[in-house]
Amino acid sequence: MSQLIAQLPALQVVVPLLGAVLVAFCRGGRTAYFVSLLVSLLMPVVSGLLLWQAIIAGPISYHLGGWQPPWGIEYHIDVFNGLVLMMVSAVGALVMPFAWRSVADEIDEDKQAWFYCMYLLCLTGLLGIAATGDAFNAFVFLEISSLSAYVLIALGRDRRALLAAFRYLIMGTIGATFYVIGIGLLYVVTGSLNIVDIGSRIAGAAAVYPHAVIAALAFITVGLGLKLALFPLHVWLPNAYTYAPSVVTAFMAATATKVAIYLLARFAFGVFGQAFDFRTLPVADIILVLSVAAMFVAAFVAISETDLKRMLAYSSVSQIGYITLGIGIANKPGLTGSIVHLVNHAMMKGALFLALGAVVYRIGSARLSDLAGIGRRMPWTMTAFTIAGFGLIGTPGTVGFISKWYLVAGAFAAGQWVLVFLIVGSSLLALVYVGRAVEVIWFRDTGPAAARATDPPPSMLAPILLLMAAVVYFGVETSLTAGIAERAAALLLGGLP
Amino acid sequence: MEAVHTLINHYNYVITIFLMVGGLYIVIARGNMVKKLVGLSIFQTSVYLLFISPAKILGGTAPILDPAYSVYSNPLPHVLILTAIVVGVATIALGLALTVRINEAYGTIDEDEVLEKDPEP
Repeated sequence: MSQLIAQLPALQVVVPLLGAVLVAFCRGGRTAYFVSLLVSLLMPVVSGLLLWQAIIAGPISYHLGGWQPPWGIEYHIDVFNGLVLMMVSAVGALVMPFAWRSVADEIDEDKQAWFYCMYLLCLTGLLGIAATGDAFNAFVFLEISSLSAYVLIALGRDRRALLAAFRYLIMGTIGATFYVIGIGLLYVVTGSLNIVDIGSRIAGAAAVYPHAVIAALAFITVGLGLKLALFPLHVWLPNAYTYAPSVVTAFMAATATKVAIYLLARFAFGVFGQAFDFRTLPVADIILVLSVAAMFVAAFVAISETDLKRMLAYSSVSQIGYITLGIGIANKPGLTGSIVHLVNHAMMKGALFLALGAVVYRIGSARLSDLAGIGRRMPWTMTAFTIAGFGLIGTPGTVGFISKWYLVAGAFAAGQWVLVFLIVGSSLLALVYVGRAVEVIWFRDTGPAAARATDPPPSMLAPILLLMAAVVYFGVETSLTAGIAERAAALLLGGLP
Repeated sequence: MEAVHTLINHYNYVITIFLMVGGLYIVIARGNMVKKLVGLSIFQTSVYLLFISPAKILGGTAPILDPAYSVYSNPLPHVLILTAIVVGVATIALGLALTVRINEAYGTIDEDEVLEKDPEP
């Protein structure tokens, strides 16, 4: 048993990878589904054990193939990526019960087995990015998750999904290539690919080759900025999320961009923070300005959208702005807010997109005009939608409040008074777009499209309600999420306040 | 004279930057999806060169433990680029497959013409 425990970091990535291979041999959607369900349900157990170990016993270092780091690939799991692993695998497990009926409804029968294969590959890639401590290995996993994500998006029913996937492919590949250029420059000046090892060597390298290190920082920030949809590099996101199958949208909105943010934070503080004080670099200011722009511009666009899926996609861009804002503030409360919002936003957007998926399953549309009065027809689904929506605004009692509390505390601590007003102001915009949807859903007369809708079957409703419960529970009981986030922030910042 | 000397000494890097910028320009400037993918491929290829150039030492051999050889090239970047080439092939293959599907669905592979048929909301 203890032998098995020692292999957990590898199992976290290898099990879904082998699962994907197994599913690729399945012809029928049914077998494929049950293999994927089994794998997805196993993953939170593995990452839960890993996170627990990282909390009580400190970072886990796993040497792949028995090669000593920094020569071999190391899986380095501390509280920060333990939390990210937990989040990705929990969302992966929660969307699977939902997927059965939703996928059967939205995807052709002969493509269902391939859908689950691609889903498991995407899960492999996302877990791999979070688990690995090797910069180049992270690139390979980034591309595994992205390539499968392009396929998943292209499986959407609308033909516009194809163009959305193609554009995402172009921009995603440019982003990944920028990231590799950055890694190449770092390798040339430090001679290492292990993230921790680069961090320990970079101060010496920056003294000799300051321009190469700055160029690497620029390439990695822009490259990952494309992957995480940092404004104004977000243009691929709204169409991709709108036309993808419902399950894919919920899964990707909750996890894919978050993992790229994790990687950016890891590089900003674990690598470049070792050579410079991150706060004195112009890149911190640039991230701050772009984050604020995302919070406002994307929220304004969300207000004017008539398709709820699209509205929530723009809301995602706006919420990503909050997460990167904490990275730009770069002090302990700010970064805590950033990390805790990473997890909290996954819960909220997971619940919102799954609830919309249930609506699409019932009435085949997510247009605001078709949803008039649907709250009385699908009371449970829409209650979850409303509560998660309140979370986006930052209402006390939901997880959104906790994130914003820490972000505001961070802005205060940094003496950035303007940011405090901007965070509150952007929350008001969220109030407008969530409020508009809530008004249509609950207070309008039931329209013809919504008239025959009912709450979805339990297999679809259960994940939605579980996520809704998480939105409320972690909004009150913060010791788990915010407690771990605080430790992760302290870890990233080293000795800095 | 100094400038020419630097240029010749960094010949591979000049080519790398030329391919990098040229590839990226094609991706942005062209509407035809196949041409976009060609540009993307050139852009990715430039990175292969960026990794391989510093790894190669003139007169260096393959890294074999033998008393006869003392100067050898760094094998690690070569291995990394082998992986990157595989990723690049997969990306281009998927991009071309999507282009085929777009052609089936729209009857064109020009981005502007596709957008004319399905205007952005």
